[in-house]
Amino acid sequence: MDMRVTDLSIARGGVPLLEGVSFALVPGQALILRGPNGSGKTTLLRTLAGLQPALAGTLTFDSESVAYGAHADGLKAQMTVAENLTFWAAVHGGADIAPALAAFDLQALRDRLAGALSAGQKRRLGLARLMVTGRALWLLDEPTVSLDAGSVALFAAAVRRHLAGGGMAVIATHIDLGLPEAAVLDLGPLKAALPQADDFDGAFL
Amino acid sequence: MIALLRRDLVLAVRAGGGFGLGLAFFLILVALVAFGVGPGGALLARIAPGILWVGALLACLLSLDRIFALDREDGSLELLATAPLPMEGIVSVKALAHWITTGLPLVVAAPLLGLMLSLPGPGYPWLFLSLLIGTPALSVIGTFGAALTVGLKRGGLLLSLIVLPLYVPVLIFGAEVARRGAEGQALQTPLLLLAGITCGTLALLPFASAAVLRVNLR
Amino acid sequence: MSSLWEYANPKKFVETSQRVLPWVTVLSVACLVVGLVWGFFFTPEDYRQGATVKIIYLHVPSALVAINAWFMMLLASLIWLIRRHHVSALAARAAAPVGAVMTVIALATGAIWGQPMWGTWWVWDPRLTSFLILFLFYLGYIALWAAVEDGDTAADLTSILCIVGSVFAVLSRYAVFFWNQGLHQGASLSMDAEENVADVFYYPLLVCIAGFVLFFVALVLLRTQTEIRARRMRALMARERMG
Repeated sequence: MDMRVTDLSIARGGVPLLEGVSFALVPGQALILRGPNGSGKTTLLRTLAGLQPALAGTLTFDSESVAYGAHADGLKAQMTVAENLTFWAAVHGGADIAPALAAFDLQALRDRLAGALSAGQKRRLGLARLMVTGRALWLLDEPTVSLDAGSVALFAAAVRRHLAGGGMAVIATHIDLGLPEAAVLDLGPLKAALPQADDFDGAFL
Repeated sequence: MIALLRRDLVLAVRAGGGFGLGLAFFLILVALVAFGVGPGGALLARIAPGILWVGALLACLLSLDRIFALDREDGSLELLATAPLPMEGIVSVKALAHWITTGLPLVVAAPLLGLMLSLPGPGYPWLFLSLLIGTPALSVIGTFGAALTVGLKRGGLLLSLIVLPLYVPVLIFGAEVARRGAEGQALQTPLLLLAGITCGTLALLPFASAAVLRVNLR
Repeated sequence: MSSLWEYANPKKFVETSQRVLPWVTVLSVACLVVGLVWGFFFTPEDYRQGATVKIIYLHVPSALVAINAWFMMLLASLIWLIRRHHVSALAARAAAPVGAVMTVIALATGAIWGQPMWGTWWVWDPRLTSFLILFLFYLGYIALWAAVEDGDTAADLTSILCIVGSVFAVLSRYAVFFWNQGLHQGASLSMDAEENVADVFYYPLLVCIAGFVLFFVALVLLRTQTEIRARRMRALMARERMG
């Protein structure tokens, strides 16, 4: 199953952000999204994840194959690391959590309450969640925020394993992830033009 | 879905106040009414069914804004929306969890509080039954209100303003069953109507709740 | 033959409504003046209710508009949800405060009428109570519009609230009738009622109702224009910020 996005236009709060976004991914490929703050990376990922409608364009992939990693990790402070992960595994069909814990070096923390983790540890737990979903397409929004160099390497290794297993990933990031094989899409030039005055009267945004 | 229910119940227990808070509020409310109208047993006995129903309704209202707000804050609501659960299912499970943590304790405690308000003897089973049938509707309607206001900063007051008028039919029929039960009158009609409203809301309102939740997650 | 949906274009709507608005306003004022003067000064006093019956010329039309305003909002909400015409959503928003005020007028005139008739300002009569609940629905609807910042999100949320609210309003009405049989007289106007108001009262009442309905239409047209302009202004400001 490959992923194809054609002429996608997106808007945030009624204001068009990007237009003419097109790319294609085949299993084993990753795409890095780049662009300054406010250029629409988060909105693009949310649109791909099916959380908000696109203004125009076509998406040819199953929204049931998407694992979305947002800014917030969706962790419950009152539950332990293992419980948090088990919950997400159960929601997605009950995968084993041990490999995910191992991949992000969380075994030692498995019985710690998530509320007692440091910011970097929480992030690692949030990323480990992706592995238990068993979904093919990872959509990641700034996944390396508050990770140290060692953890970024763990993350890069996890992404590489995912790709090797036939997965795909779309990652919005500013830093170098150490994934030289990934394609890069710069969103800067795709900034949406202002709507024409006439359309504007007709549709008012 | 069962995992979601279990998680919500675990959180309600661990976060503290999940089960206890609504119940404590219910108790205080009943005590305040007794202080307010005076200790005369006859008057209290007459208004007891209504007081208990209004109290249950307000106690239920108190915890509504937590149904989605916490999940929204930590991002798990968005992640759940992309999970393989249908949104209608998520909403129904949330309502069920709310009923188990808030409605069910109220149903169990109400006869006890009825004792404090000198509710007449024949009223107890009907009070219990009317609350048992009616409180699930309160949770489902409340979940709709919570889904409607989840994105708002000061949604609490607005939530009450929107949800309370929606509670009117449930309250009328529920309290009517309890009152007629206490006075030993025929109560088949209001009981059936109450059950009908509950079944209708359980069947239809999750679709509306899911729709507004999707809009709010946009 | 052009389609009705052409008027869903905001520009077209503003142009047309601006042309229609003065006529509707003049007509509504004319109807109100004629109807009220006729009703207040040129009808006999009721043999049971005396002069107090004349408040009917405010009470019945406002109550009628209050209910039908909600129906209009329901219809507009459905149109928004199905066809996504912005004007429709804004018209629903514009009608809500007018409907709420009509509900207050109906309640207030009802209380004033009730005082000499029933000896009390307020009774928990099913009709009065239904109107109180209707008023609460209006308040919730208006508050939700005001609270949500994004226009389309607010339109979606309020539309669904309007639909759900309609179902519960009907339920409440029957619940309230069940709860208390009430003192209120039967419907003043209906096709099949035997106990209808007499013809002398009936014709000025019809004129008053026409006046109120036209008044409602005029207000909604005006307020919808305002909403469109406000929406347009916000859009222009957003455009400005984008540079």
